[in-house]
Amino acid sequence: MSDEEDDIILSELDDEELVAQMFDDLYDGLKEEIEEGVNILLERKWEPYDVLTKALVGGMTIVGNDFRDGILFVPEVLLAANAMKGGMAILKPLLIETGAPRVGKMVIGTVKGDIHDIGKNLVGMMMEGAGFEVIDLGINNSVEAYLDALAAETPDILGMSALLTTTMPYMKVVIDTMVEKGIRDDYTVLVGGAPLNEEFGKAIGADAYCRDAAVAVETAKEFMSRKHNQMAAG
Amino acid sequence: MTNSDALSRLLAERDWILADGATGTQLFNMGLSAGEPPELWNVDHPDRIRRLYSDAVEAGSDLFLTNSFGGNASRLKLHDAQDRVFELNRLAAEIGREVADASGRTVIVAGSMGPTGDIMAPMGTLTHESAVEMFHEQAEGLKAGGADVLWSETISAPEELKAASEAAKLADMPWCGTMSFDTAGRTMMGLTSAGLAALAGRLAQKPLAFGANCGVGSSDLLRTVLGFEGTNIPVIAKGNAGIPKYHDGHIHYDGTPELMADYACLARDSGATIIGGCCGTTPDHLRSMRAALETRPRGDRPTLEQITEKLGGFSSESDGTDGAGPAPRITRRRART
Repeated sequence: MSDEEDDIILSELDDEELVAQMFDDLYDGLKEEIEEGVNILLERKWEPYDVLTKALVGGMTIVGNDFRDGILFVPEVLLAANAMKGGMAILKPLLIETGAPRVGKMVIGTVKGDIHDIGKNLVGMMMEGAGFEVIDLGINNSVEAYLDALAAETPDILGMSALLTTTMPYMKVVIDTMVEKGIRDDYTVLVGGAPLNEEFGKAIGADAYCRDAAVAVETAKEFMSRKHNQMAAG
Repeated sequence: MTNSDALSRLLAERDWILADGATGTQLFNMGLSAGEPPELWNVDHPDRIRRLYSDAVEAGSDLFLTNSFGGNASRLKLHDAQDRVFELNRLAAEIGREVADASGRTVIVAGSMGPTGDIMAPMGTLTHESAVEMFHEQAEGLKAGGADVLWSETISAPEELKAASEAAKLADMPWCGTMSFDTAGRTMMGLTSAGLAALAGRLAQKPLAFGANCGVGSSDLLRTVLGFEGTNIPVIAKGNAGIPKYHDGHIHYDGTPELMADYACLARDSGATIIGGCCGTTPDHLRSMRAALETRPRGDRPTLEQITEKLGGFSSESDGTDGAGPAPRITRRRART
């Protein structure tokens, strides 16, 4: 097996083989290989948006599905997301330049009192991988920090994360404040974190609870398409 | 250190030990608000922390954890209290010592040490050295306050458990460690129950006991305990009292005292020696667990079917120990081995 490892020369693969190999390399978290693959596709005159969606998003979808199904775990997904980030760094300026379509925009942060950001970071990276613009507020966010970011960024989606039973009720504080200010319905609110469940998400007034990063991406896409349909209907 | 410490002596005397229940749930009921660090109450509301401990002791716990779960520098930094690690931990244990000594029986004060919340290198930024240093600082505070044993809990990364065991060694304290198996029967980082059992025997400071806490429901937790089979180290089971639900601004776990009594006996039958609850476990649950452990006879090691019959289904089909789980994608080159 180790003999074969060095034998793959990305530039010698045709487009289809190269994309398949990039799926594998994302799965294995190989950042340099992903960067090389992205550059080769760009040299072959691929549109940056196609490189993003067909190679990177396609590969991250496989990673996301295996994470959801308990086949891959956080360390593997962090490696894969890191490899994807390498590719994204090359694509980002080109995407802006070419005016590529954006799926949506999300503001995301861990709630006040909570330092845990593993899940939040995964969601952020996978959302970027799926074509969303992501504004990451980091950890320990107060109601004010969330509201300021909503006002400044006007995202489609607000994502909140908590990993502790002592911090998860703070999500309700944020949502209640949004209701008070009459801005709750301007955003899709998604919540996540180990101690949460669907029922809790509903009880606090979120639009959905997402059990992991893969589900978060699927849910976000679903809400975006609903929003587009509503706008088209209106 | 053999049998020179209180928990080793208790383990030699007894074939089951009742630990405590939830800390967070109880503190919310006493008025802790969301996002507030519970550790500051060791200074600001010592009466409430005393009540937290004595409620567990009066309900029959032989061992309780101190209010210091988030008492490491990384977590306290959020509240600008990173320079109060020693003080807050010492007080957490000191109040515990008073309660335990006043109980009139042997009650173990276990110094709780939760995760740092950071990801360890190479994936994250936390180095092994800084993790050891953080846990050691906390351990010294707990030791100074009179804790009988250090107790790492809700850990996900094997590297973090290793760092905690080294810190226990540096502090020259007996130590226990439990991990949270909340992701398809494994820890978030992918460690299986069998993986932890193998790891426990290799740690710098061999744990007096190891096991599982928190995670998903009580049935998942018992499946994890069954996965520790073959270890010669006493096993800890601290499962949640059901799943969290939200009522009028409060979190309520749906597991009844009756369910937790069944869980406690099944945990003993599954091989656990130190048995308690985690999130949602109130003194009422503990009383019911104690009564059941005292009065019900031991049974055979339960099957997975018997566990689901009594406690409900598992969150995932496989927990990665039966070889029946889905396999990873075969890739043409693999950097990781």
